[in-house]
Formats: sequence, C-alpha cells, structure tokens
Amino acid sequence: MSEAVAERALKPPAQDDVTMLRFLTCGSVDDGKSTLIGRLLFDSKQIFEDQLVKLESDSKHKGNAAGDTDFALLVDGLEAEREQGITIDVAYRFFSTPKRRFVVADCPGHEQYTRNMATGASTADLAVVLIDARKGVLQQTRRHAHIVSLLGIRQVVLAVNKIDLVGHDKSVFDTICADFAAFSKDLGFEDVVAIPISARFGDNVVDRSNKMPWYDGPSLLGHLDQVLPKRSRQDGPLRFPIQYVNRPNLDFRGFCGTIAQGSVTIGDTITVARSGQSTKVVRIINGFEDVERATFDNSVTLVLEDEVELARGNMLVSPDDRPHVADQVAAHLVWFDQKPLIPGREYILRTECTQVVATVTTLKHRLDVNSLAKISVNSLEQNEIGVVNLSLQEEIPFDGYSDCPETGCFVIIDRMTNATAAAGMISFPLRRASNIHRQAMLVDKKARSEIKRQKSVVLWFTGLSGSGKSTIANLLEQRLTAEGRHTYSLDGDNVRHGLNRDLGFLEGDRVENVRRVAEVGKLMVDAGIITLVSLISPYKADRDMARSLVEADEFIEVFVDTPFEECAARDPKGLYAKAIKGEIKNFTGYDAPYEAPENPELHLKTLGETAAELADTVENYLRNKGYL
Amino acid sequence: MQIDSSASRHLDHLEAEAIHIMREVVATCSKPVMLYSIGKDSSVLLHLALKAFYPAKLPFPLLHVDTTWKFQEMTAFRDRIAKELDLDLLVHINQDGVKEGVGPFSHGSSHHTHVMKTLALRQALDHHRFDAAFGGARRDEEASRAKERIFSFRSANHVWDPKNQRPEMWKIYNTRVQASESVRVFPLSNWTELDIWQYIAREKIEIVPLYLAKERPVVERDGTIIMKDDDRMELLPGETLQMRMVRFRTLGCYPLTGGVESTASTLEGIVQEMFLSRTSEREGRMIDRDEHASMERKKREGYF
Ligand SMILES: Nc1nc2c(ncn2[C@@H]2O[C@H](COP(=O)(O)OP(=O)(O)O)[C@@H](O)[C@H]2O)c(=O)[nH]1
Repeated sequence: MSEAVAERALKPPAQDDVTMLRFLTCGSVDDGKSTLIGRLLFDSKQIFEDQLVKLESDSKHKGNAAGDTDFALLVDGLEAEREQGITIDVAYRFFSTPKRRFVVADCPGHEQYTRNMATGASTADLAVVLIDARKGVLQQTRRHAHIVSLLGIRQVVLAVNKIDLVGHDKSVFDTICADFAAFSKDLGFEDVVAIPISARFGDNVVDRSNKMPWYDGPSLLGHLDQVLPKRSRQDGPLRFPIQYVNRPNLDFRGFCGTIAQGSVTIGDTITVARSGQSTKVVRIINGFEDVERATFDNSVTLVLEDEVELARGNMLVSPDDRPHVADQVAAHLVWFDQKPLIPGREYILRTECTQVVATVTTLKHRLDVNSLAKISVNSLEQNEIGVVNLSLQEEIPFDGYSDCPETGCFVIIDRMTNATAAAGMISFPLRRASNIHRQAMLVDKKARSEIKRQKSVVLWFTGLSGSGKSTIANLLEQRLTAEGRHTYSLDGDNVRHGLNRDLGFLEGDRVENVRRVAEVGKLMVDAGIITLVSLISPYKADRDMARSLVEADEFIEVFVDTPFEECAARDPKGLYAKAIKGEIKNFTGYDAPYEAPENPELHLKTLGETAAELADTVENYLRNKGYL
Repeated sequence: MQIDSSASRHLDHLEAEAIHIMREVVATCSKPVMLYSIGKDSSVLLHLALKAFYPAKLPFPLLHVDTTWKFQEMTAFRDRIAKELDLDLLVHINQDGVKEGVGPFSHGSSHHTHVMKTLALRQALDHHRFDAAFGGARRDEEASRAKERIFSFRSANHVWDPKNQRPEMWKIYNTRVQASESVRVFPLSNWTELDIWQYIAREKIEIVPLYLAKERPVVERDGTIIMKDDDRMELLPGETLQMRMVRFRTLGCYPLTGGVESTASTLEGIVQEMFLSRTSEREGRMIDRDEHASMERKKREGYF
C-alpha cells in the first residue's frame, strides 16, 4: 500500500458535496472485476488482518501462483461460486476515501444473470465497464452497456484492464475506446471516461501509473472521487409517494414516505395525485423532530391541513407539475423469470408503494441487446428485454422513468410463485384508457337476474380431461332448465369450434382460451344467467383471473377430482392413449401440469359417486347459498 | 463527539433507507417482529424503528432469543430498556436445550449455538407465526452477507437458498410470501461498523457498557480473551483470572465472545480505534472460526 493511501485511510471522510457514490462494475467473466474490487478494498484499507490471513491461505488452497495474492477471493462470498471460481450473484462492497463513501455492486458477467446486473444498475449512479485489453469490446460488453443505459445510468467509466498483458500499448487502448464510442453513441451516455488499468498490479487503480506515460487522465479512484452527478434530485417538482399512514389516535394522521424528487416546506400547497385535491403542509416530522423543510431522499411524515382522501399507493405532488394518472402504459421490461412472459396473463405490478393487477396487452418487440434491433416475438424469455403495453386493473400515478426513476419504475410479480419476474421502466401513458368511459346502464345485473328468479353466477368446473366435468354440468343444466331457471353452458370443446377457433394448445394459447371464456362468463353473469363453464383450466393463475373478473359471490369453483389413472382408464375420447404414445404433446396430467385448486367452493371426489349424486351436491349448494 | 457534515449526511441517507424499509414491512406484512439481540446493531435498529413510527408506539413486538449464556449486563440492559421505552418484549428460551443442559462448555460452541440460537429462533418464529422478522445484519460483516438481499426469503423450514434470491430493484421490495414462508429483513444491510458507531454517537443511543473498555476479570484461552461472567465457567489447569482493560466488539454468549485489549472507554475512543483497527469484528466471534465458510452454512440452516 502506498504512503498516500495509508495517509488517506486513516482520516475520517471530510466535507464534500457528494458524500456517497454508488457504482456497479460489469464485464465478462475473467475480465478482472473481482480482482479490481479486491484491490480497491485492499488499497483503501478495508481489508483487515484476519481477512488477509484467510485470503493468503485461501489463495494457496486454490493452488494459485505462490506469493501472488488473489484479490478476487476477497469478494467472492458464496461457497458454490468459490468452487467454480466465478461470481454468480450481485454483491455489495463498501469502501471509502477521505472524500467519499463508495458502495460497489459487483455484477456477474454471465449471460444468464442479466437480472443481477439490472439489479445492481437500478441503484447505481455510475457504471464501470470492464474490458479485457486482449479481447476488446465483446457481445457481453454491449449487453451490459445497454442494460446500464436502459436503467438510466448516464455516467460510465470504461476500464480497459490487463493492459500489462498487451505491453501497455496505447494503440490497443485507443482502438477499444473507438469501438466502444461507435457502439454506444445512441445509448445516451453523457460522460464516458476511459482509463487503462491493471487490476492485478494496481496500475492506474488508486495511483497514477508511470508505465503509461501516454495516458494523462486520472486514476480510476481519482476519477470516482471527484465525479459529480449530472443533475440534482432536489430540484424538480415534488414527488412524495405515500408509503404508510400513521394514525396512532384520532388527533394525529401522518403520511409517511420517502421524497422521490424535489423538496417540501411547511406552508407549501401540495396536491393529491389521484384526485387533484389540494391542501397545505402543516407539519413535517423527520425522526423525532419537527423540521421546516425536507428534501429528496428524506424519509419523513407529513401532516396536512385538510382531511383529504389519501392512502398508500397515492402521491403528494407539486400542484403545477403533476404526474400522469392512467391505467394503460408503455414500458420496457427486463424479463427475469425462468417462466417466459405470457401476454394476456395476469401479473402483479409493484411500484415503490403500491401494487395492481396488470396484463401485457401488446408485446411490441424484443430488443436485441447486441444490435439494438427490434425483433417481433410472442413471448419474452429469461434475460430478454421487451417493449410492451400494459393494462392495469386500476389507475396509478407515475412519471416517465427518464423524468423521475423512482416514480417511473416497477417490478412484475408472478401471482403463483411470488417471484419477481421482471423489472420495468415506464416510457409514457397510453391515452386510450381515459377515452373509453364506461356507459352507466339503467337496467343492471340485479334487475336482469331478478326477472329470472335467480342470482347469476359462474360455476367453473375444472379438472382433468375425462374427469366428468361436462357430464355433471349437463345433468345440472337439465335440472335447472326443467324448473325454469335461465342457464348457459360454455364447454371447452364448443368454444374451440367458434370463438376460439384461432387458438392452439401452447401455453400462451391456453391462457388466451381461458381468458376469453372468462370474459364471456362475465358478460353472461351481467346478463343475469347461471353460467356453467367446463374447462380443464389447469393453471391456478388463470382460474384466479376468471374469478377476479366478477364479484366474490359470483364465482363458484367446482373441482371435479378424478385421479389420473381413472381418467386414463375411462379415456372417453381416446386422448390419453394418444398422449401416452407421444402423439399429443403438452397433455394435461401427463406431460403438462395440472395445478389442483387449493380452496375450491366445491370439491367433488368422483370415485364411488354417480354423476347424478354429484349434480345433487352442486344443486344443493346453489339452493343453500341463495342462488336459486 | 464531532462528526463532520459529510459523514452526517451519509448517515442521514442510511437512516432514511432503513426507515423506508421498516415502514414497507409494516404496511405490507401481516405479523412482523424485530429480533433484538441487545447488541449495538440491535440498539440502532430499535432507535430507527422508534423514529419510523413516531409519534405512534412500535407497531410490532421485539423478540429476544435468550441462550441463557448472555453476559449478565446484557440481560439487565435488555430488561431496563424494555421497561423504559415501554416495549412489547418477548423472550424465548429453547426449553428442550435447557432440559438437556446444553451449554458451550459441555457441548461445544457449534452445538450450543445450533440448539440455543438457531433452533430456538425457529421455535419462536413458528410459535408466533411471524411472517417478517427484522434483523441487524450488515453486508460488511462477512463475505456471504454481502450477497444477501435486504429482504431474504425463508422456506417453511427457514432455509435460505442463496441461488434463488429475489432481485431487489430500486427501492421496490417484493414482500409477498406464501402462507408458510417468511422473510428476514435487514434494514442495516448497507451500514458499515463505522457507520454504526458514528450513528450511535450522533444520536446518543444507549448501548451495553461491555462495548467500552474497562478492567474486567478475564482468562486467555486458545488465544482468545474470555470474560468470566459467572461461576459456570471453570478455570482449566494453568489458567489464571486476570484483571485486564478489555472491550467487546460484538456481544453474544460470553464464553463464545472474545474481548479485545483496549483503552477505548468512550465512543470517540472506539471510533478512533476503528480507524486504526486491523482486524474485522467477527474475529471475536468464535463460531465463525469453526469451519470454512461456516457462516453461509449456518445461514442456510436458519441461523440469522
Ligand atoms: N495480468 C493481469 N491479470 C489480471 C488483471 N486483472 C485480473 N487478472 C486476472 O484475471 C483472472 C480473472 O480475474 P477475476 O477478477 O476473477 O475476474 P472476474 O470474473 O471478472 O471477477 C484472474 O486470474 C486475475 O488474476 C490484470 O490487470 N492483469
């Protein structure tokens, strides 16, 4: 460690405008990210003696060249990746200089771990893109630069590493800089600084190296220590997403949140984003104290003059510069989940402070991260980036991501697994939603049901092929009609001949098939009709979607539970035989999953019962619950 | 103690982040709890929680897993703070372990920690059906922590799967859990040991005096300075009890917590020592040295 570094490390940080810089490092495998970070930690004295002892023994253990400490070992934490010798997850590291604190997101170079990179980039101010001087700009470099750009990072350091291995050659460095500039010219970077370094030997990492007299720029740390963000988040219109309403007693009602942009002072007039209602700020509480003013990044509690309607998921904003409020948006998605995106399927869209049900209505195209070409596709696979239109079940307040990242970002959550399936950045609202005003009708559902002496409902029969859904539904419908009720049957096979003629059996088509039937069911319920749906509907998410379209008491899930062996033995349509011979692919129960309902209103175990007895069960249920 | 304004603004940011995380949990989880270990990180965590919900009372209880081998000063401190701040404090002891007489001297540190801490914690979480538990772990403590998310999901068996963590983007936290699952939440993830001390000083947070250097009765065993806190610790042949100026960088079960020789009897002294320090704080924790990558394995098993 140099004298200068030792000197710096001993003093606590001094005053400066930017007290903390978050950056991420990205590059391909073996470009030297871990070595670089290890060196930054080491040289800024963040590594303690006991860790060094461990490091040296680990280095030997791994059979590394004697006397050569492997700094990468310092930063690879998890056993599995240590064994493989690669970084597989994002890790956060901390170090400081007398001027600043740094948080480094160490991001992996593997193709399949785009999600971790996007994660690291989402909270970073700057990206250090590593390039192996011997290899130059690779596909991975392009991919990473693109993700960095998409996530709104405008400041980049191009660290050309292993410069020792190309003889500290200026022309190699210049070629790489030119390649990167050509490739990235449309990525919106405002500030790209290229630095030739050797992570392993420390050249130009902390101190300027004398091995490259042709280079007269700063060292990497020298640059990180003084680089300034391009714009201050304290300026700009106020955005205060409501996170939590604190109401300990009737006399106190405080709105808690973190200021996403701008600032607020006591006496300011502010507006509720959803309703447009305005009021004044009477108190600002930060911790235990009342303060005059609060600004970007403060987590505070506001007390307002009037009793406005305001809850989690809403926003307090500047009256003269308000966010969009809409239920249709255009956005970029970075798909994380192993299960691909299926347009039409319902997901949860989670913003910082609220969540709504959302569907992708249009998948406009996928972006090829190498060429930036737009490619038309039917679904998005893991690690792909797409441009989509989303329809939300409810309006939300938001900004374009480029205007205010905090209020323009979201994640997509899989309803079944709760996995975070994608990250999203809103581009702009789509006006369509606000133009279609629902017609308020005079004759309503209740009126239509009443003249039929019934309460309309969807009876959703789900179960394996051949389990007995249609048989039971048909019997029940005969009885209901006989006593003058008004019914309708929607059968999987029937709708496929007409309404859904255009759909096949791939997962996306199955989802759309269920969606259309569910929508028709909803119209039927609105028409006052007892609607019997018989559909295999193997996915819980799809059945939940159907349920969510109607009121709680308008949906009865009937699980027709017949074991697979029994269905295969009955095989009324000869389908099981074909599936087992491999003539039908994706056959539910055989080589495609059936997700059994967890809490169906009715669970019919068919073994040992007759269809008539089972129809009785359903009929009794309808009577007891007041549908008939 | 003087903290310059740059460091102070940095602390403001960390404070705001932690408060945001706590409010998010309370707004979206059904039954949160705060794990309270009585240590400095817990003291900071508690202070932040009080701020986050001020002027309301804490909207969740505190849970202390008592291994029955904590320093006496810790237990006394815990009970006094709970009383003074009017906290809802739950104390859980693994009674099976007590019945079997499990302790660090008789059963070794690994087994003792597993039974009295890891299993005890699982018992308490299962019993109360907490779906979210705050903890004071920091990413700078240890290499595998650095890769853990702020919201760390546990299966029904409290297992952590490091390869299947949810990405955390921006300040959006996916807090959704299935019925049997739970989440451990670490609002201090981005704090360093130095941040903790500077914040304690700035906010005048009360801490257990064991952190400050004082003459204490200690024994040196296998190169570690152990304080003889009660009669359950017997001196081995050749050992002598000495009075030495020591302090503790972390606090746990006294037989497993190594002290460091120090003259830092004030917060300023501690921070000064930190700038000069050349050993990491886990060094004093004996459980880490047991085996290679031991922390990660313990965490997968459900250790906090
Ligand atoms: N000669 C030389 N080797 C380097 C340099 N930086 C890293 N390496 C070596 O490149 C290999 C991969 O480095 P590592 O940091 O693990 O790469 P990562 O996969 O990007 O984290 C290791 O053997 C390092 O010692 C450098 O500047 N010069």
